[in-house]
Amino acid sequence: MNLLDWIVLLGTMVGIAAYGAWRTRHTDHLDTYLKGSKTTGWFTIGLSVMATQASAITFLSIPGQGFESGLGFVQNYFGLPLALIIVCAVFLPIYRRLGVYTAYEYLGQRFDQKTRLLGAGLFLLQRGLAAGVTIYAPAIILSAVLGWRLDLTIIGTGLLVIVYTVTGGSAAVSLTQKWQMAVIFGGMVAAFFVVLARLPAGLGFGGAAHLAGALGKLEAVDFSFDPNQRYTLWSGLCGGLFLSLSYFGTDQSQVQRYIGGASLREGRLGLVFNALLKIPMQFCILLLGVLVFVFYQFQPAPVFYNQAEWARHAHGPQAATFRALEEKHATLHAAKQGKIAAWREARTRHDAAAERAARAELAAAQQATDAVRTEARQALTAADPRAKIKDSDYVFIGFIVGQLPHGLVGLLIAVMIAAALGSKASELNALGATSTIDLWRHFRPLAVRDEARNVRVAKWFTAGWGLFAIGFALFAGFSENLIEAINILGSLFYGVVLGLFLTAFFLRRVGGSAVFWGAVAAQALVIVLYCTLSISYLWYNLIGCAACMLIALLLQAALPKRLAV
Amino acid sequence: MTPDPDNDESPGLPGFRTWRGVYWFVFGAFVLVVAGLALFSRVFA
Repeated sequence: MNLLDWIVLLGTMVGIAAYGAWRTRHTDHLDTYLKGSKTTGWFTIGLSVMATQASAITFLSIPGQGFESGLGFVQNYFGLPLALIIVCAVFLPIYRRLGVYTAYEYLGQRFDQKTRLLGAGLFLLQRGLAAGVTIYAPAIILSAVLGWRLDLTIIGTGLLVIVYTVTGGSAAVSLTQKWQMAVIFGGMVAAFFVVLARLPAGLGFGGAAHLAGALGKLEAVDFSFDPNQRYTLWSGLCGGLFLSLSYFGTDQSQVQRYIGGASLREGRLGLVFNALLKIPMQFCILLLGVLVFVFYQFQPAPVFYNQAEWARHAHGPQAATFRALEEKHATLHAAKQGKIAAWREARTRHDAAAERAARAELAAAQQATDAVRTEARQALTAADPRAKIKDSDYVFIGFIVGQLPHGLVGLLIAVMIAAALGSKASELNALGATSTIDLWRHFRPLAVRDEARNVRVAKWFTAGWGLFAIGFALFAGFSENLIEAINILGSLFYGVVLGLFLTAFFLRRVGGSAVFWGAVAAQALVIVLYCTLSISYLWYNLIGCAACMLIALLLQAALPKRLAV
Repeated sequence: MTPDPDNDESPGLPGFRTWRGVYWFVFGAFVLVVAGLALFSRVFA
């Protein structure tokens, strides 16, 4: 990065944060602090919902996913539009009519205080643990590639987000997310055109897409019922529906984005905006990764894309093995380039038989280079069992730093940091709101009328969660497996929380005690099943939700009336 | 507690009189996007 990159990066990031903090510095009403401005329109709400879901990892990992496995991952989002329709029709009108600050407040009104505390507690536990990861995960990648100090990257981004989130609350979060999304869209569109421009002359988008298709990277929809396939239309529709319903309907970091705003209409349109745009947006990000894959077919490509990790081991006792793998990969990669040239020539001649033969040879060459990459990962593990062997997260950032012109490098790094700040801000805002409304006000009911004190407490909680996240990221010493474990932990809770809400909406006869113990039993069941079965964790959203509703119904029927309410 | 009917407020969008219509539009767009993705894969496979 040169001076121009730093000016673009700091100018956009600090500028947006300062603008958000300054514009919302007089936020002293609890309603505005926790729900945002009453004049917020659907476009800002829609961008805010989008920015909350799109973390930095979205823009680092998803192009890498496209590079590695193609477009199939887009099916993970197939349940999202359907879930958002249900949130618009059922969840949002109820939240708005009751005028709640948090989703869990509704559980208190519908059932009782212990059920509300259970919902809020599960949210705080899950989001609190994830809080450090949201800062840590992008920081570790940026620091490895750009040579920044990890601790300073975590502290710098963490403090920046704390400043404006604490100052302006929800209003500042929505305002800054709007501009952060502008940076993100601008940066990603620029990257898309740069990749296209860097492809060999005469290839173009169509040629690149045909090459990616020939190498099996463009299979976006898999209609098979094979349970061993990780992403299919059906797993995306079913698992994705429950995951999205739980995330958008009951996770306070999302609920807080749309319950405020000028009217019910604005909230609904903001969600409809996401229902329409999310799949095309994820498709474009994956496609960007596929185009980077095509770009590297015509360039010298590394055997392992996390170059810092590779270099750390390549000069050790196994140096000869590592060098041999590099040479083997370079030879096979060059041979593959020859096969690509033959395939392109056959296409130009419109010789179908030659094209089929060249395509088969190309696929075999791809398998050979993939096999060397697998060998490289095995060599890393052999050299150090704790080595980070997942390199797909480093593909896109490596491309940015190595191939983009100065200025755009700064803009694309700003995209990553803007995404990190946007999702982190919503998370802190939600943790602060839930701690204030569902915990502090519950235990200090007399303080409800003192609005200024409520705002002060919300600010302290928000700052406290921010500092906790920084501390957790700095000292927890995350491994790749721990990051994944914390993400899985979130999925284990989501189903039961969704079960609480669906029981509240649709099972009118079920009372507080029945649903509370139903949720506790369902949560225990999910944990036991997770420890004993080896199914995809997406299914626990469905299992947790169904178990919670079913056990609550059974308990309601079995418990004496005075105990069941 | 039961959910409100979903047409308690007009969507105020040209061509749509009820929210139910908006939801059907979103569903239709989703089906078209999935079909478009399947077609894209087929064309370039």
